[in-house]
Amino acid sequence: MDINWLDADYLPWLILFFPLLSFGIIVLFTARNHVLSQAVALAGIGIAWVLSLIEFAHVAWIGDLELGKEVYGSTTGWLDLGKNTFEMGVMVDPLTAYMLLMVPLACLMIFIYSRGYMHGDAHNSRFFAYISLFAGAMLTLVLADNLLLLFIGWEVMGFCSYALIGFWSHKKSAYQAGVKAFMTTRVGDVLMLVGIGYLLLEASAFFGAPTLSFRDILYNDAMLEHLVQTDAVIFGGSAAGLIGVLLVAGTIGKSSQFPLHVWLPDAMEGPTPVSAMIHAATMVSAGVYMVVRMFPLLSAGADYHHGDFSTPMIVMGVIGAITALGAAILAVGQNDIKRILAYSTISQLGYMVAALGVGAWIAAVFHLVNHAFFKALLFMCSGVVIHSMEHGEHQAEEHGYPHEPHDEPDGLVMDYCAPPNDVQRMGGLAHRIPVTAITMALGGLSLAGFPLLTAGFWSKDEIIAEAWHGAGEGYMLPLFVVLALLIAAGLTAFYTARMWFLTFWGQPRTPAAHYAGQGSFRRRWVRFWNRSRWGQQAALEDEPLPAADRGIMLHMEMPLVVLAVLAVVAGFIGIHKDILGVNPLHDFLVETTFDHADVLGFSLLPMLASIVLALGGLGLGYWVYGLRPLKQGQVDPTEKALGPGIWRVLQNRFYIDILYRDYLVRPVEWFAVNIVIQTIDKETIDGVLETVAETFNGLGEMCKRFNRVVIDGVGDGIPQSIGEFAGWFRQQQTGRIQQYLLFVTLALLALGALFLIQVR
Amino acid sequence: MFDFIPVDVLTTLILLPLLGAAVVFVLPRDRDDAARWAALGISLVVLVLAIAVFYDVQADPPAPGEWAFEEQVEWFPQINATWHVGVDGLSATMILLTGILMPLAILISFEVKEQVQAHMALFLFLQAGMLGVFVALDMMIFFVFWELGLVPMYFLIFLWGGENRRYAANKFFLYTMAGSLGLLLASQFIGYTVGSFDFSVMFAEWPAYLASGGKVLGLDINVVKYYALLGFVIAFLIKIPAWPFHTWLPDAHTEAPTAGSMILAGVLLKLGAYGFLRLAIPLFPQEWIIERQLFSLSYNLVDVLGLLAVAGIVFGALAAWGQTDFKRLVAYSSVNHMGFVVLGLAVAALMYGTLWANTNGEYALVAGAAGIDVPEGEKISEVVQAAYPVERLEQDRDKANIALNGAVLQMFNHGLSSAGMFLLAGALYHKAHTRDLRRFGGLWDIAPVFGALLIFVSMASLGLPGLNGFVGEYLIVAGSVKFYAPYVLLSMLGLIVTGIYILKGIQKLLHGPVNQEWVEYDRTQHRLEISRREVIAIAPLVVLILITGLYPNWVLQVINDGVMRFLGG
Repeated sequence: MDINWLDADYLPWLILFFPLLSFGIIVLFTARNHVLSQAVALAGIGIAWVLSLIEFAHVAWIGDLELGKEVYGSTTGWLDLGKNTFEMGVMVDPLTAYMLLMVPLACLMIFIYSRGYMHGDAHNSRFFAYISLFAGAMLTLVLADNLLLLFIGWEVMGFCSYALIGFWSHKKSAYQAGVKAFMTTRVGDVLMLVGIGYLLLEASAFFGAPTLSFRDILYNDAMLEHLVQTDAVIFGGSAAGLIGVLLVAGTIGKSSQFPLHVWLPDAMEGPTPVSAMIHAATMVSAGVYMVVRMFPLLSAGADYHHGDFSTPMIVMGVIGAITALGAAILAVGQNDIKRILAYSTISQLGYMVAALGVGAWIAAVFHLVNHAFFKALLFMCSGVVIHSMEHGEHQAEEHGYPHEPHDEPDGLVMDYCAPPNDVQRMGGLAHRIPVTAITMALGGLSLAGFPLLTAGFWSKDEIIAEAWHGAGEGYMLPLFVVLALLIAAGLTAFYTARMWFLTFWGQPRTPAAHYAGQGSFRRRWVRFWNRSRWGQQAALEDEPLPAADRGIMLHMEMPLVVLAVLAVVAGFIGIHKDILGVNPLHDFLVETTFDHADVLGFSLLPMLASIVLALGGLGLGYWVYGLRPLKQGQVDPTEKALGPGIWRVLQNRFYIDILYRDYLVRPVEWFAVNIVIQTIDKETIDGVLETVAETFNGLGEMCKRFNRVVIDGVGDGIPQSIGEFAGWFRQQQTGRIQQYLLFVTLALLALGALFLIQVR
Repeated sequence: MFDFIPVDVLTTLILLPLLGAAVVFVLPRDRDDAARWAALGISLVVLVLAIAVFYDVQADPPAPGEWAFEEQVEWFPQINATWHVGVDGLSATMILLTGILMPLAILISFEVKEQVQAHMALFLFLQAGMLGVFVALDMMIFFVFWELGLVPMYFLIFLWGGENRRYAANKFFLYTMAGSLGLLLASQFIGYTVGSFDFSVMFAEWPAYLASGGKVLGLDINVVKYYALLGFVIAFLIKIPAWPFHTWLPDAHTEAPTAGSMILAGVLLKLGAYGFLRLAIPLFPQEWIIERQLFSLSYNLVDVLGLLAVAGIVFGALAAWGQTDFKRLVAYSSVNHMGFVVLGLAVAALMYGTLWANTNGEYALVAGAAGIDVPEGEKISEVVQAAYPVERLEQDRDKANIALNGAVLQMFNHGLSSAGMFLLAGALYHKAHTRDLRRFGGLWDIAPVFGALLIFVSMASLGLPGLNGFVGEYLIVAGSVKFYAPYVLLSMLGLIVTGIYILKGIQKLLHGPVNQEWVEYDRTQHRLEISRREVIAIAPLVVLILITGLYPNWVLQVINDGVMRFLGG
């Protein structure tokens, strides 16, 4: 067969192939050479990025397919089941194309950043192998044309996240966090597996052939109708409802939604580029992507514009809203810079899931991509901050400050915060790493939804507007969602401002912050500052930046700038039609389905509400932390305002993790060791067997005694043979193999003889 | 394509290792290497034959009612037993698995230093036994080879095993022997009743057999059939091993030499599941689905089998989690994984019975199996045919097809991954002389290649998509959810715990701070890194695990042919 691999139908295979190839090459050949491994990894993701752009161009401009009815893609036979073959394939429709704009680019930036961040790590090659696999798995997931291939990418990512979170596997807290991530998401995954299995069955019953293709199932009204009409095999309701809820369970695990959100904050144990991978380009985005992809199934039978929501939608709406609000509250009460961002991710994912609950799937995708850009940015910024704080600790020691040992706890502890991550110990870092300070401010503004200018504003506003509309019609679910999301929006703006000001503003609160490592453009910044009005009051010292650090910093800061630009401009393609007259993103994405969702008219009220809340939160943050920067020794005003009780609850994450550990994991482990192994296997099953064996042994003994006492007294000839028999019988328990063989042979011979007689 | 072989292929396949065993056994005592390489060479020739058989079946699947490479010669005319061998898709897959694993196991047992000739001869002997079971089309041959597989394994554990080998070997032997007794009695009884030991005759006559007056040997035929079925089922359940007949397995595995564990987990456990497909289900289609009463509780045997499967999945996983001995952990993982095979078998038995009852007009059975209520006074055949039309039957058969495909694929996959796991466990034990997980930790930096291989094979065992284990598990889950939704959901608990014990194994061995005790050991006593010979032995498994995960159809096509023959359609 002659295949033109550069054809838009086959190109997707290449896109996902190259990062996977990089993984293979590094593992098999270049593992000993770090530089070569990095080059291989970068080449893999770089090629994937270029090919993705070509593919996108095909879909958006060059190709002449009638999108919505047709897609780019190709399949190959994968499983013979009965008379039919299950086809495995890739496809690109507008939704996938939009994801292709984000995923490879964000991955590429993270790869470049990792070159700087992982510099000098002993397992550099292993790291680049894993993140290549990670990227390849995500691309597989995005390009899959069926739910099974999607699930393959999904689970491989689960493995990568486990391996990378626990990358520093000599640390107990790291491998514990890896296991926690894998196991928590696995709870959702096994349910999703059942859902996929059930869907395969229903599809095979409907089509007469096994298929899980998105085109066959999702964009086929008859199939969806069949699923709605069929009764579920268990729990009542329709098959569509049960499958939908099972699939949503997968997303609850993967996208870290309540009650399976516990793994994500601990995933910070991994190197920071991994956090950026997990939080932005891959893992958690995958969960939301999947429910967006499956939305026609999840909303099957529902008329959500008129207050009729399907079961999976209600689940998503409620869970998403609870998560968005709960995680935002927790983010306010954290001091670990990465943990603040982790909770903010959970919260933002809650927005997306809740958006799907009220039917706003385009808004959810829009927010997904924007969030990926600004959250990758924020994480990589936090990585620079931590890197420079660690640097500062060494410098401070060299300047004669006492060594502060990190008394790391043994394993995961909920309220422990590593000193270099602690925002309370920072302050004034803007003067040390100005590029990071500025880009992180842009990312933070986008996260907080700073009005009109940032990407985060436009997508978040669209979600709130859609929920507001439903609430205005008097439906309960959108009302609940919009209330939770609005409160969360205010909190988001506040904790973002708190994080930024505590990190970069004011005076250094510790020696480590004072001597923190420097970033690019620092000398220019110092000159600019000292010439300015503020510089007259507090001039900065100019220190030379070591040449070795300069390269590392450049690798880390270059991606920040790229992503900072995207965190601002990525939103402009999706502004509501009524404002600019054109909404290219909406027009493009809506072709994903036949069902052209009717566009809600623009309404000013929800936008005003989100503007007020975003500015209010930011303003409050500025008022508390910006106007009067926290000084050394001062107690955080938020901590003071909340009081020690609430603060401790927040630090302990509402005690949910401890609840799981003490009342779920440990009892089951106890059950395994004490009941399953000891009581059932050892005592009951083996106990019965031993009783049987001893009974036979006893019988043998009895024969022996009978032989000795009774028969020995009678005569010699007969007793001897019986004695031999008894001895032989006894040996059955001691397991002399020749005897058994003899026994079997004799039995066979006897039976044979018997049959011989019978047959004659 | 086999014209160059004077006798037929399958007979050669069995005789070759058997004669090889004899030759290897009498090789001079002072030249151990000769015995090793001879055994390896013979097993490689068998592998080539096995591959040839597999691909011939793939290229030209036997038509229903026929067998590939079928051969029938007179053997034991007094009791109507003949040397009747042949293969279909199911047995071809198992033959391939045996062919693949045996050279690797022999390569691993190069490390054995005592009685090399006997050791190698026993492996070849064992291979003949296993292959014999897979090609047998006659009950007598099946039983003879079934027992032949038992004896060498007993000796391998008893003579070359670990510290507690006597207990383990005897437990293994008594357990399987107890099962074999029932199998022997039941099969002799059936053979005697229908007058032949040939499978085709038995399948054709026994299920519908009704002795005059419904009695045979003075016993009610239904009671007889029930106990005959139990005889088969218990023998096979012990071999699989299904919960609660599994307690021999951890002991046998722990004490067996590495290569013995590989073959035990890789192939011998599959004999039980194969026995279900070849005998226990086709011989007793209606027995499986008849409604029975136990104190006013109505049940059928298929449900019980499914329940045992779930118990195996959940309790096997939990027990594996609780282990501190690495080999015991892997051993219990077999109980967990084979539980999925049993679940698939339960679905197959249910469907086979339903199809049989439908074809033979036993509508009461169909109603019971499909859960159709028959109102009082209506004609049962009409009600059933209305409620369960042919289209629905066909649909259900497609679903059962999926489950059974998954079960057989899972047998094949478990063979690969469990052999790999035992290879790695044994490789470490051979060097460190301990299997206690509490003593390890931080080995990854000392033995990086071992670590990478362990993670890879563990992930296959965990069922990570992209590797082989997932495909089988998925198909079983998908195929069973319609018939046994509660069981499937319960078994998901087991699947979660599967993740825990696999990660526990990895973590206890590899993770944690670099272990100075082992660094010292590695420097002074014995290198802990996996040896080159062991890497060569595991490489084919790694490649097959990956290929089967990415493109399962290379083997599933043949399995599917076998499954289609089995369930029809």
